[in-house]
Amino acid sequence: MAEKILMIALSPTMEQGTIITWNKKVGDTISSGDIICEVETDKASMEYESIQEGTLLKILVDEGGQAVVGRTIAVIGKKDEDISGLLEQIASEEKEKPGTDTPEEKTKQEKNAAEEDEKPKTSSGGDKKADEPDKPQASQKDVPPPPSDSRPEDPEERVYASPLAREMARQAGLDIVKIPGSGPRGRVVQRDVKEALKRPGEYSQALVAGAHASAVSGQTEEDRRIPISGIRRTIAQRLAASKFSAPHFYLKVNVRGEGLVRARRSLNETLKDTKVSVNAFLIKFAAEALARHRNINAGWTDEAIIEFSSIDIGLAVSVPGGLITPIVRNCGVKGVKAIDDELSALIEKAKNGSLKPGDYSGATFTISNLGSFGIDEFTAIINPPGSAILAVGALKAEPAAAPDGSVQVVQQMALTLSCDHRVIDGAAGAEFLNTLKRFMEDPVQILF
Amino acid sequence: MAVITMREALRQAMDEEMARDPSVFLMGEEVAQYNGAYKVSQGLWEKYGDKRVIDTPITEEGFAGMGIGAAMAGLRPIVEMMTFNFSLMAFDQIINNAAKQRYMSGGQFSLPLVIRGPNGPAEYLGAQHSQALQSLFAHVPGLKVVSPSTPYDAKGLLKTSIRDNDPVIFMEGELSYAWKGEVPEEEYLIPLGKGDIKRKGSDVTLVSFSKPVRYCLEAAEQLASQGIEAEVIDLRSIRPLDEELVYASVRKTNRCVVVDEAWPFASVGSHIGWLVSSQCFDHLDAPVELVSSEDVPMPYNHSLELAAQPSADKIVRAVQKVCYLDPDGKEA
Repeated sequence: MAEKILMIALSPTMEQGTIITWNKKVGDTISSGDIICEVETDKASMEYESIQEGTLLKILVDEGGQAVVGRTIAVIGKKDEDISGLLEQIASEEKEKPGTDTPEEKTKQEKNAAEEDEKPKTSSGGDKKADEPDKPQASQKDVPPPPSDSRPEDPEERVYASPLAREMARQAGLDIVKIPGSGPRGRVVQRDVKEALKRPGEYSQALVAGAHASAVSGQTEEDRRIPISGIRRTIAQRLAASKFSAPHFYLKVNVRGEGLVRARRSLNETLKDTKVSVNAFLIKFAAEALARHRNINAGWTDEAIIEFSSIDIGLAVSVPGGLITPIVRNCGVKGVKAIDDELSALIEKAKNGSLKPGDYSGATFTISNLGSFGIDEFTAIINPPGSAILAVGALKAEPAAAPDGSVQVVQQMALTLSCDHRVIDGAAGAEFLNTLKRFMEDPVQILF
Repeated sequence: MAVITMREALRQAMDEEMARDPSVFLMGEEVAQYNGAYKVSQGLWEKYGDKRVIDTPITEEGFAGMGIGAAMAGLRPIVEMMTFNFSLMAFDQIINNAAKQRYMSGGQFSLPLVIRGPNGPAEYLGAQHSQALQSLFAHVPGLKVVSPSTPYDAKGLLKTSIRDNDPVIFMEGELSYAWKGEVPEEEYLIPLGKGDIKRKGSDVTLVSFSKPVRYCLEAAEQLASQGIEAEVIDLRSIRPLDEELVYASVRKTNRCVVVDEAWPFASVGSHIGWLVSSQCFDHLDAPVELVSSEDVPMPYNHSLELAAQPSADKIVRAVQKVCYLDPDGKEA
């Protein structure tokens, strides 16, 4: 008896996933525990371990395609089993609640067509039925796809339209099938019919994505539509929420770098074959300063300001397609070497996309270091639930006024602290930053 | 025109009707010597005395039954429930007796009874005392249900309810007692079953009654700044219901959001949503949206308490949905 393989929640907050790769192909045998595919969730990519057994009979969501949790992504069963009935059932479920989406409709049509040829032969009656869910893909080619490109697969040609839009189109003598819909599921709504009425005769072509730009400017290249990945959407939501709800203010200070350089050299000399990163020192200095200013290691909720018991410092790391902030937990009680070891492991995981949600959720303070990119100074957006983020600029030689009034060339770096004013006032942020500056310039002060 | 509170408007209505008709009297917990738990009956006991303003024991079922008997015997009782949360004690009397007497006596008995009091969540009162119970009463044929949102409407509707020959459940928003509005000196009546357009608009119809009408008007102001003109319909009376006013508006605007501070399941709001969907089907450009309280007992925590109820922001989001706009007001 064939069964559906569903998209499952691979992280606590996952609502939908993108299939990165299929590790199994149609016809492969699947045992319980096999990794059938890799799925990009809202933040990390996760392996999908099968709890089902049998032969993979059909893949419904191709690589690059998305499916909300609970949607069918494939069918598993006995070899050569007739699954036409199940596919019909899946298609009608999808019609009720569409949850799969493939970025490139065209690619999908081609893939489906290709898959048809490979399909294992079954009884002649079943064969015919099994074709049906794929049919509209071909016939839809005559119809321009809607700009939102969100119409689901349908077992029959079906246009979604509001009752009002249908009535308006009927009265105006327009074919509702030809009007691109802008509502959910590509629903044709009032404004689409109004738009069509403005340009009778050409509306069906005029709204195809990209044609707009060429009509205006005469350029021939179409605008590129880049599907929004899970990680990109999470970044967009979280940073917008932070920037628009937490009132940010910024404190900048220049820090002499010789102390840090000396401390790092001293530590590296004691280590034979490895070097400790500047970031591990930054985390250590910040942790020591936070331990003395607990009001900075805090977060806002509507009920209360929470002073966190643990100092968990996140470090912004650039990864393909976005950024992620792996967290070194409880930094207050760890030495630089221990921090560096943890950091290296986390960065390694971040680069290959195997961080678990627990590795990057809940930083009480965050550091973003663009010094290695040669950036002098910058301001960063606070990473909740923390209330402050430290933006670190490049270490470089600069002229500075010495106490006696003469000008010296010194190693200097700019630190900019972004604070959530709901939690941290200017004076509190300044006191913290001064402590941090003191520790960085003269690390022995940490002992006092 | 005088500007008075809804509390004062309700008092005026009772005062005028008691002066006009000696068969009208008021009873309930603390309505006489204490002037009412919410001071709606302020001064009536002093003016009309023990026989017409009666303090009852804490026995909702008992005094609701006395009101029904008095109405059957020819008087016009006004029974005050200290809040409608307590009226649950009197459900057998209200549903099995008040709502059924005219029908089961073949029209021999009429029941000119008003049961009135505060309804709907206030603040910090906990789950048992923060309920909007209009759906329960509106469910029952044989009862009329009225729930005004302004002092003007409250006065005109209460006077009409007192003169009505059927049982009227008159539900007042607890938090709206202090709301002020213009009320004319001269006598006026507002018929039951006539809604009122509180704001004219062309793009979406907001349908509500009682306290949430104010949230609708706030939402309409926000929406106006995004270029959306909302028409706000105050039903005023839930039973009888001014269906035609709602349909005419939705046929004009093509979009409808119903706002009801009761729970969503089997509520006045969900019923209106169904009526509009069936009666205005060919005129709708989007499914009807319902903004209700969340389907939970009222949380005591104040942030959660507010989050559980309809708000202007929730209404704005529902309107953006039926207008196919994203939250920034742009086309989605």
